[in-house]
This record gives sequence, structure tokens and C-alpha cells, in this order.
Amino acid sequence: MTSNAAVPFWRAAGMTYITYSNICANLVRNCLKEPYKTEALSREKVHFSISKWTDGKPEKPTIRSDSPEE
Amino acid sequence: MLRRASMLLARRPILAARARPFSTDLPAAPSADATFTEAWTKVIPNMDPPKTPLSFMQPRPPTPSSIPSKLTVNFVLPYASELATKEFANPCYDLIPVFKHSILSLFLLIVPATTGQMGVLPGHVATIAELKPGVLSVHEGSEVTKYFVSSGFVFIHANSFADIIAVEAVPLDRLDVNLVQKGLAEFTSKLSSATTDLEKAEAQIGIDVHSALNSALTG
Repeated sequence: MTSNAAVPFWRAAGMTYITYSNICANLVRNCLKEPYKTEALSREKVHFSISKWTDGKPEKPTIRSDSPEE
Repeated sequence: MLRRASMLLARRPILAARARPFSTDLPAAPSADATFTEAWTKVIPNMDPPKTPLSFMQPRPPTPSSIPSKLTVNFVLPYASELATKEFANPCYDLIPVFKHSILSLFLLIVPATTGQMGVLPGHVATIAELKPGVLSVHEGSEVTKYFVSSGFVFIHANSFADIIAVEAVPLDRLDVNLVQKGLAEFTSKLSSATTDLEKAEAQIGIDVHSALNSALTG
């Protein structure tokens, strides 16, 4: 089997495919015309809370209201 | 003696290469292992053999012997399906075999793969292609529908089914030229001021996407 040929520049910089794909999608969404742009951005908003568990008990949760740029 | 050895060495790889078929020549994949079921029924005739993961999988579609006349396309996004099992038939294929690409009722799907623009017709060889940001155009007869695709994959199966999956695909008239050019300028300046590898990669991605958008809107 041949070794992998030249890796794409984003993988060489340590980015995974899914990060790359999400960045591309966000950039395209930011270039939309007005009514479509607000629809797209509101569709992609996420709001979630994360809590780490230690010794079987959840610690204090952090609420993340992520805007799609990040 | 040395000549014999070199002959033997030369012979081995050629035989091995011929023995391994191309994946496009394989018949439809079997959905159950015959040897296993035979051995099982010999030992335990009263119980059904357990199902293996192989039996839950859809068998690989076989390569049809003649070029099929239609291409079935599934074009899906995470939040919507643009084309769901849309069939594109080429009725002029049989009537005028010389002019395969008859202008009267042509169907062609042009896909922006990382290796370049790829055209898909019924009977295309089974392919998996990664998409780069670019324009996907569906030519049906004389009408053309263009979408700008941000990234994704296209899977063309042996039985002329094409699955296109993209994260974001917008018709070209929903894009704003000014925002595209502003973005291009912004990322070009970010590239020159970037320090870490990651920042440079992000800026380069921005430039690629925006220049693809630009050429889609102006070209």
C-alpha cells in the first residue's frame, strides 16, 4: 500500500476534516443575502450545558450558548 | 543460480497483481457467509444460524452489464434534501447511439471535486469524491440549476445512483457579491498577518472559499 500522498494544508496544520467543513459552511452562510442569512444563522445556533462528572456526581454545569462562528 | 532467483522474484509480483481484481469488477457482495451457515447447520441443525453483521448490511449493488439509461440522484443537506431520488433519464441514448450526448435531452451533473470539475452521466464508474467549495450544476435538458456547495462528498454507486452530501448548498442567487468581496479582502489580509499554522490554515480556507464564491458569481 502506498503511504498517504500530500495531506491537505488544513490537516497539516492540525485541523480535522469536520472543523474544515464547518468553517467552510459558516463562511458560505455569512455571504448570504438578507432574509436567507438570518434564517441560516438562527438555524445553526446551539445552546447547551456541559457538566463534568467525578465520582459519580455531576459538577457545576457550564452553559454554552454557542454562536456558530466558533 | 542468481538468474533463477531474479526470474522468481520477477514472476511473483506479476501473478499477485493479476490475481487481485479491480473493485469495480466484483459482483454484488453476498449478504450471508455460506461456509459459516453450512458448518452451523451440520453441527446444530435445529437452531437458525445467528445473524452476522454482514447479513444486516445492504449488499453492494452489482455493476450492470449494459449502461443504464437513468441516473438517480440524492442530494441531501443536514437540514433538507434538495433532490430526493430524482431520476434523470436519457431517452435519446438508445435512439441515436452515435450522438451519446444528444443536446435534445441531456442529463449531466457537474460536481466540484477536489480533483477538478467532474461530470457524472448514467453508467459512471463507481466513485467516491470529496468536494471542494464550488458550484454543483444539474443540467436537465436545456435547464441548468446551479448550487454553491461548501464542502461534502459525492458517492456514485455501480448501479448509477449518485449520493451527494453537503453541509451547505445554496442557489447562486442567494449570495451577496459585496459580502463575498469584503470577505476575500479580509481573509487575504488575515493571511499576511497570521502567525501560527492554524491561523494561516484558517485564513487560507477563507481565501479559497471566497475566491470560489467570487468566481461562481462572476463566471
